[in-house]
Parts: sequence; structure tokens; C-alpha cells
Amino acid sequence: MEIAYKHPKSLKSIQTKYCPGCGHGVIHRIIAEVVDEMGLQTRAIITNPVGCSIYADMYFDFDSVQPAHGRTPAASTGIKRMLPDHLVICYQGDGDLAAIGTAEIIHAANRAEKFTTIFVNNAIYGMTGGQMAPTTLVGQHATTAPEGRDPINAGMGYPIRVCELLASLEGTKYLARGAVNNMVNIRRTKKYIRKAFEAQMRGEGFTMIEILSQCPTNWQMNPVESVEWLEKNMIPYYPLGEIKDTLSTAAAPAQAH
Amino acid sequence: MTEKTFMTGFGGQGIISMGQLWVYCAMKEGLKVTFFPFYGAEKRGGIARASVIVSDSEITSPIVTVADSVVIMNQDSVEIGEKVCKEGGIICVNSSLVKKDPARPDARIYHIPCNEIALKLGNVRVANMIMMGALSKVTGAVKLQDLDTILPSYFSSNKRSLIEINIAAVEEGKKVVA
Amino acid sequence: MAEEIRLMKGNEAIGEAAVRAGCRAYFGYPITPQNELTAYMARHMLARGRTFIQAESEVAAINMVYGAASTGARAMTSSSSPGVSLKQEGISYLCGADLPAVVINVARAGPGLGGISPAQGDYFQATRGGGHGDYYTIVLAPKGVQEAADLTYEAFGLAEKWRMPVLILADGLIGQMMEGVVLPEPIDPVNLQRKSWAVGHSVEMARPYNHISSINLIPDELEAMNRKRFERYAQIKKELIRYEEIEVEDADIVFVAYGTSARVSHGALQIARAKGMKVGLFRPITLWPFPYEQLYRLAERGKRFLCVEMSMGQMIEDVRLAVSGKAPVYFYGRCGGNIPSQEEVFAEALRLSGK
Repeated sequence: MEIAYKHPKSLKSIQTKYCPGCGHGVIHRIIAEVVDEMGLQTRAIITNPVGCSIYADMYFDFDSVQPAHGRTPAASTGIKRMLPDHLVICYQGDGDLAAIGTAEIIHAANRAEKFTTIFVNNAIYGMTGGQMAPTTLVGQHATTAPEGRDPINAGMGYPIRVCELLASLEGTKYLARGAVNNMVNIRRTKKYIRKAFEAQMRGEGFTMIEILSQCPTNWQMNPVESVEWLEKNMIPYYPLGEIKDTLSTAAAPAQAH
Repeated sequence: MTEKTFMTGFGGQGIISMGQLWVYCAMKEGLKVTFFPFYGAEKRGGIARASVIVSDSEITSPIVTVADSVVIMNQDSVEIGEKVCKEGGIICVNSSLVKKDPARPDARIYHIPCNEIALKLGNVRVANMIMMGALSKVTGAVKLQDLDTILPSYFSSNKRSLIEINIAAVEEGKKVVA
Repeated sequence: MAEEIRLMKGNEAIGEAAVRAGCRAYFGYPITPQNELTAYMARHMLARGRTFIQAESEVAAINMVYGAASTGARAMTSSSSPGVSLKQEGISYLCGADLPAVVINVARAGPGLGGISPAQGDYFQATRGGGHGDYYTIVLAPKGVQEAADLTYEAFGLAEKWRMPVLILADGLIGQMMEGVVLPEPIDPVNLQRKSWAVGHSVEMARPYNHISSINLIPDELEAMNRKRFERYAQIKKELIRYEEIEVEDADIVFVAYGTSARVSHGALQIARAKGMKVGLFRPITLWPFPYEQLYRLAERGKRFLCVEMSMGQMIEDVRLAVSGKAPVYFYGRCGGNIPSQEEVFAEALRLSGK
């Protein structure tokens, strides 16, 4: 009998330390599935960022490098330049990518570095305990935005749409935004990842998949509420889909099964 | 033998290339060398100075603070040049531009009309090479005998046509103080 | 076959030595007075099909080094004082992750933006780790163009042997001046062995997956890692300490100076000896590990020390530690981009000799 569903080889069979309802586990899983499908486990390297996913190296069963906070794209640049035939996955959270590491992501993207960034946007700082992220929505509460994010009066600025920001750079070849709040979005996100990894291995240029992900603990909700909150609040502000696709094989947009 | 030379002038007079070619030649002649340039903040027209040392033994301090010989290419540089020269040292002045002698009665002062000779040769920009020829003659430290092999690699390809006039300028410089 | 002697700027000689050491990746950000080095690497690395990136910042550059070093490649960055301050985060991570790298500091005058002229005010930063946490880097201080090339070339091997960054602490004078240099034998990076600890090529290396990281949230484990690293440091202290002594045997006063100030002090020594004064020079080449014992032995023999620096006095603290109160330690320093003249240093020695 054919096995229709099994644990990916590239993901260790251990329970993660992520909170119940956290999106990281699902994101890890679909990355590992794509790595397996492409037969790249022995040539994959992930850079796990400072943030909740810093221990991603405990879960992915392939090589990893842990860089300084926000410098993940710089480290990935160094790795990919030395190992162009390897799959380099630059895993970043919203603090790592859109706050402390803004310069690094913009310039890596602009140089058309040939790694793939997986940008996990959960609109909050998880590891440090619920502080405001650059992607925190207007009005959303955080320990450092106790009355909710107030862009004008409190001078907290606006949530950053990273895909749209990077889209103007010539070096970016494929930018897509997915989500892991339901099965349809998870499948579609996996397609985006596959497309980006394939483009990376062809050496086409900078690719990034932004993934809207829930953080029930710091959003102070239960997991069910959190997936609904993501759907109702994040997706309207951060539209899903392929934001930019200038890949040489751009003819067929990624479709969900 | 150690010859410490302090070269001074304004940017564009070829102080840096004079110093570099001096040490290139010295190295070819088997000497140890150091060359340390100092420029003003301006790209053109500011001060240009160089500490240049050639020696048959290990060179210690690369900074020339008491010079065996001093090259002064313009009037504004007289003040610094006359200060740095050692007791009884050599001062070579570009008499085309320096009208007032350094106040150093103890020093051996040579007057070389670099710009005038250079103009006669057809290019005022070789004034520095005339000075370098004179410096070679009066100090005897560097003979400059390998310029014909050094200049082709020193000049970028679009300046190769200038090799001949530069060598001629050095020879003229040697003659002036002969 | 002996290589021909070439006239080169210090910055360019450092670059050529790195290329010849098999450096596969250079990352830098422009800053005076080391710009010729970055430009040299752009020409010569790209021409060989190696990696050169003008990074968006010094912070990015050192973290690109971190990435390249993770793969076991020989990687280098260079900067000058303010830029090296920015690199300290990355240097701390390199040490925490036990990664080899070469970092060049063509130092200039500070603090802050300071000036672009030569200085030695980065001694504390270089020799005390420089960033956060318990660690050291190997620090080598060249006195001229030849030594800058030789030490840079050697730095790559030392970094790999000890699995840590090696810092070359030069200054604007060494970077900018030209001297004759005989360059070392080129190494083709293709011939360098893959590292068992690095990421990439796990199948070819027949190894389990590697994880390069500096994080450990368990205090006992982190302490054990740090202790292990310090055992390595102790071994380095046994094997690596390097210094030069000039005419110290009969000297009453011994100059202690490194890099450019050692060159100047050597000049002052010659003036003093010509006048019959018994003066010597002790020049540390490894600033970390510092030659404490060697200086202590001189102190025991009744020498007095004059520490000469292009700073307000930084290495003097190590000299005092070394002599442990056994001998008087005096100081002469210039800063702000001023280089002391040999005459000034001699005058100071003369003043002390009357004491």
C-alpha cells in the first residue's frame, strides 16, 4: 500500500517547544516537505534567526547556522556565495527582518542574492514577550504599545508591508505572501516555497516568501481565536498572493491543489 | 648610508610621484626604502608632502623629522622645509617658484629652475623629474639608473609616450647642479 | 625560487597577502585610511572568480564573514577604527561559534569619528575581546609593510588552527606607506581542505549535520563551553607569544612599543646609542597573547621601561601588569593622529636617564 502521508525526513521526529497554535511548527513542516520533495536534505542549510525560531536547528534535520539578530541575510549571503550549489534558507521573523535587520534584507535583496528568505510575520515579538513589531497592526496591543499601536499620537509608525517594500528592487525575482491559518493557505504557501526554492537552485536571484503566522500566546487568545484573528485582521492589511514574479519561468502562477 | 629626504610642494606638482620613483629606483639599486605621503584634505592644489628614506640598512622611523635633504617645490613650502632640514643639510629649491631663500645659512642650498627647464623641454609637468635628477646628483644616494625599466610599468598605458621626456628631464636636472 | 621584491603600499600588501593565503571571500565597507585595501580586493578577488562584496555596512560585512566562515572558507574583512567598532558584535559571535576569520584594522585617531591620521587608540578594544562576553581574539601588530603582509598571510592559518578570529592591528601609517616587500607563496583555495566542523558538503565529508551557533541558555553548559575555550586560550599563550628585542641586554631603559611607535622608538634608540646611552627596545608582535613573562624577566633584571604609544596610554596597563611593580614604567604618548618623532622619544629617554 502506498504511504500517502508521513513525517518528512528533513524534520526530526521530536515535539517542538513552540506554543500551542503557533505557526512556526507548520511552517517548519512545509519547508521540510519541500526540501524532501526536491531531494535537497543533504545540501540544505538554514540560518535560524534570533527570535522564537532560534532553536529551529533542533527541528530541521540538516545543516544550520545561527547568526546575530537581524544579520541573517548577511550571513546567508556569505554561505550562499561560498556554496552556490546548496539550498540556503534564510529564516527570519518580523523583528529580525523588518526592524533590526532592515538594512541587511534590503541590500541582500538588491544584490539579488540567490538564497530564499522565509519571513514569518506574526505581528508581534514572541521570544521577548509580546512587544510591538514593525508589522504590528494599528490598534493592536503589545507590552510596548499598551493602548494599542498608535502611529501618529504615540509616534509608533505604521505596519510595514515588506513584500511591497522589496518589490521595487531589481534584484528581487519572486516575492509571495502566504499564511498558515488554514489548510488552503498552508497548501498555497507550500507551493510558493517550492517555486522559490526551485528558482534559487536555478540561480535566478532573490526570492522571499512572507508567511502570516499566528502567535496565540502573545496575542492573548486561544489557538482557534488566533487563526480567526489572522484571517480578519492581518490578511486585509497584508494581502496574500504572489506580489512579484519576474522569474524566467513565470508563466504558470503557483496554484493550490 | 641613509638618506632621509623631505619633499614638499603643492598638490599637482608631482611630489608623490617624485617620492615614489625615488624609492622605486633606490630599491632597484639594492637599497631599503620607505615612502610615506601626506596630503591636505583637498584633492587638488592643497599641500603635498612626502617622507622618503633610502638606506643600506634597516630603516627605523619612517617619518622624516630631521632631514638630510629637503626638496621645496613652491614658495609656501619654504617655512616647513627650512625647519625640517638637519644642521648642514641639503636644500633643493625650485627657483622658478621660490623667490625667497630658506633662512638656513648652515645648509647647502641648490637653486634649480625646474619649471623653466621643463617648459624648455616642452612640458611643465616634468618639473618634478628635473628636481629628482638634481637631488640624485647632489645627494648621490640614488643614481636613478633604472628609470627606463621602471617608468613603463609606473605609467598607465595612456602616458607611456611621456617616458622619454621624463628621462630627459632627469638628465637635465643632473646637469643643472653638475 | 625567491620572489622578487616589490614596492607596495601597506594596504595593498595586506590585500595581496590575503589573496595569496587562499582567501575566498572578502567583505568590506569603504573607510579611510584603508580604502586601497578594499579596492585591491575588488580588483584581485573578482579577477580570480572569488567573492568580493562591498557591503552595505561594516555590520553586514562582518556577518557575511560569519556566513562564509561557517562553510569553512577563508574569509576576511577590513576597516578602520570606527568601522571596527561596528564589527564587534560580529566578532563576538565568531568567537562564540568558534569560527576562524581575519579582521584587519588600519587604525585611525578617535574617539568618535576622530581623524583619519594614524593612531593606536584601539589597543584596549583589540586586546580585550572588543565586544560582549568572555573571549579574546589573536591580535598581531605589524611594524611595516613586509610584516603586515607576512602576518596577514599567517593569520588565516592561525585562525583555522585555533578556530577563532585573528585581528591584524595596523595603523594609517602602515596602511599608507610604501616599502619593499617579498610576498609569500600563493595558495590555491581549491587545495585547502574542507573542514569537518563546517556546514555544506555533509555527504562528501561523511558526517552528521552540523549546527554553527553561539547560543546556549543553560548556564552550566555555557560555562563549560567558555572554560573549554579558555583552555584553548591557555594553549595559545604557550605556543604563540611573539616579540622582538633590540639591544635590551645591557640597557638601563627599555622602550616598550608596537607597530609604528616601535619603529619610531627604534630610531630614538639609535640616537641614544650614538650618544652612549644604554637604551633597548621591546616590541610585542602578538598583542594578545601579550608577552607578560618576557617583560617580567627584564624587570627582574632591573630595567626601567618607557612605554611609547600613539594613544593616551593603553598598552602601558599590560606593561604594568607584566612587571608587577618590579620596575618603574614611564609613558610617552602622542594621539589625535600625531606620530611621535624619534627626537621626541629620545628626549624623553634622556630626561628619564637623569632621574
